[in-house]
Amino acid sequence: MLATDKPSTLKQTPLHALHIARGGKMVPFAGYDMPVQYATGVLKEHLHARAAAGLFDVSHMGQLTLRAKSGKLEDAALALEKLVPMDILALAPGRQRYAQFTNDAGGILDDLMVANFGDHLFLVVNAACKDEDEAHLRAHLTDTCIIETLPDRALIALQGPKAADVLAKFCPEAPAMKFMDAGPHQVNGIACFVSRSGYTGEDGYEISIPNDQAEALTAALLDHPDVLPIGLGARDSLRLEAGLCLYGHDIDTTTTPVEGGLNWSIQKSRRTGGARAGGFLGSDKILAQLDGGAPRKRIGLLPEGRAPVREGVLLFADATSTKSIGSVTSGGFGPSLGAPIAMGYLPSAQAADGTTVYAELRGQRMPMKVSPMPFVPHSYKR
Amino acid sequence: MTTLYTEDHEWLQIDGDVVTVGITDYAQSQLGDVVFVELPKVGRALKKAEAAAVVESVKAASDVYAPITGEVVEINDALAAEPALVNSDADGKAWFFKLKLADKSELEGLMDADAYKAHTA
Repeated sequence: MLATDKPSTLKQTPLHALHIARGGKMVPFAGYDMPVQYATGVLKEHLHARAAAGLFDVSHMGQLTLRAKSGKLEDAALALEKLVPMDILALAPGRQRYAQFTNDAGGILDDLMVANFGDHLFLVVNAACKDEDEAHLRAHLTDTCIIETLPDRALIALQGPKAADVLAKFCPEAPAMKFMDAGPHQVNGIACFVSRSGYTGEDGYEISIPNDQAEALTAALLDHPDVLPIGLGARDSLRLEAGLCLYGHDIDTTTTPVEGGLNWSIQKSRRTGGARAGGFLGSDKILAQLDGGAPRKRIGLLPEGRAPVREGVLLFADATSTKSIGSVTSGGFGPSLGAPIAMGYLPSAQAADGTTVYAELRGQRMPMKVSPMPFVPHSYKR
Repeated sequence: MTTLYTEDHEWLQIDGDVVTVGITDYAQSQLGDVVFVELPKVGRALKKAEAAAVVESVKAASDVYAPITGEVVEINDALAAEPALVNSDADGKAWFFKLKLADKSELEGLMDADAYKAHTA
């Protein structure tokens, strides 16, 4: 009943030794050997991040900078706007925003964070997509921009209601930052990039650290009594409760941002009638969907029983029909809710909150209710 | 009473022709926090190696196989209300189901405690 595969060519983050020393149970993830949990266990790790502060190694993610050859930030912003449906030009210095790289068909190549660092843009992309993302940027923006990857930097996230108090001891400016503020800061005397953001729905920070100082700073943060290391298992249950997409599962090249429920991330200036409407890959399809609706949408699902309903499970309109109308793209158990939760896709006409649909689980139809997300309220410091 | 073990990390306690089945402490430690257990219905005739129960942690679902052929004569309803019993008392209170032994010879290939300990070492 237990898988024991151990691929041998996995990459390691600068915090690999620290994970091993702290009892991390290592698994392959996006080509890296990563901790899925520590001795604490997924359930307690999850609850600790909601109650105090959790520390996550996300060094496998890709960090890049984008600079205009002209030296003007607005040229880099306008260049990036060809690849994302977001307003990058209006992104103020020291601010960050959520974005997606789209393709010609309006599908999503990856989702990412973009920060304005004054004279350049700083991007954080998913581990599994980072090589393709770099190639995509080079293919489209080489004429106007200098694209640099930052493999010499680690990335950690400190998340939870105590994150600000903890980080204040190492970085006095941290508590004054607002949600989605981002920029260079000294943390324990180390030159870091800090953003007030994360992937848990909690208040918290992401901290980019030079590789050679990552272990010392992480160990110092973990010495704080409120901080526990958190593995990928709880990272997934935390983001699922927060209603946040996992790329490659809840969104991918077959889903548009509109189908993915990400309209909120597309600013007015890029929509029909906006100052810089369209002009990004797949804009015809995406603008049409913004104006006229999408055929399907990502929704939250609450199973009525206790059984978790996981990725890939088919959804049906009733208990007997033979043709599925959608599927679950992420699902599991929400430790803070104490109940199973899921997200998936349904035809827009059958996706209203409160609609009952049926999941086919081990030959049985299990009722689930379409539910608003997040399942657990966000607690960002806006 | 004799306790035997499978390579799939189930334990069997043999009491006459009734066999109580659970998962081992090693198995629960590998699974992590158990949040849901689905048990077979009483009266179901299980064949050896057939998927009989499902145990779900926060991370994943795992099948529990029937270690021997037999009819389900009792299930542990306590697991529905308190799946975490599997983590706290895998070898005891968290038994899954009881089977009526159909073919004694099926017990011959199973491991004793020492052999199982070596298997998980």
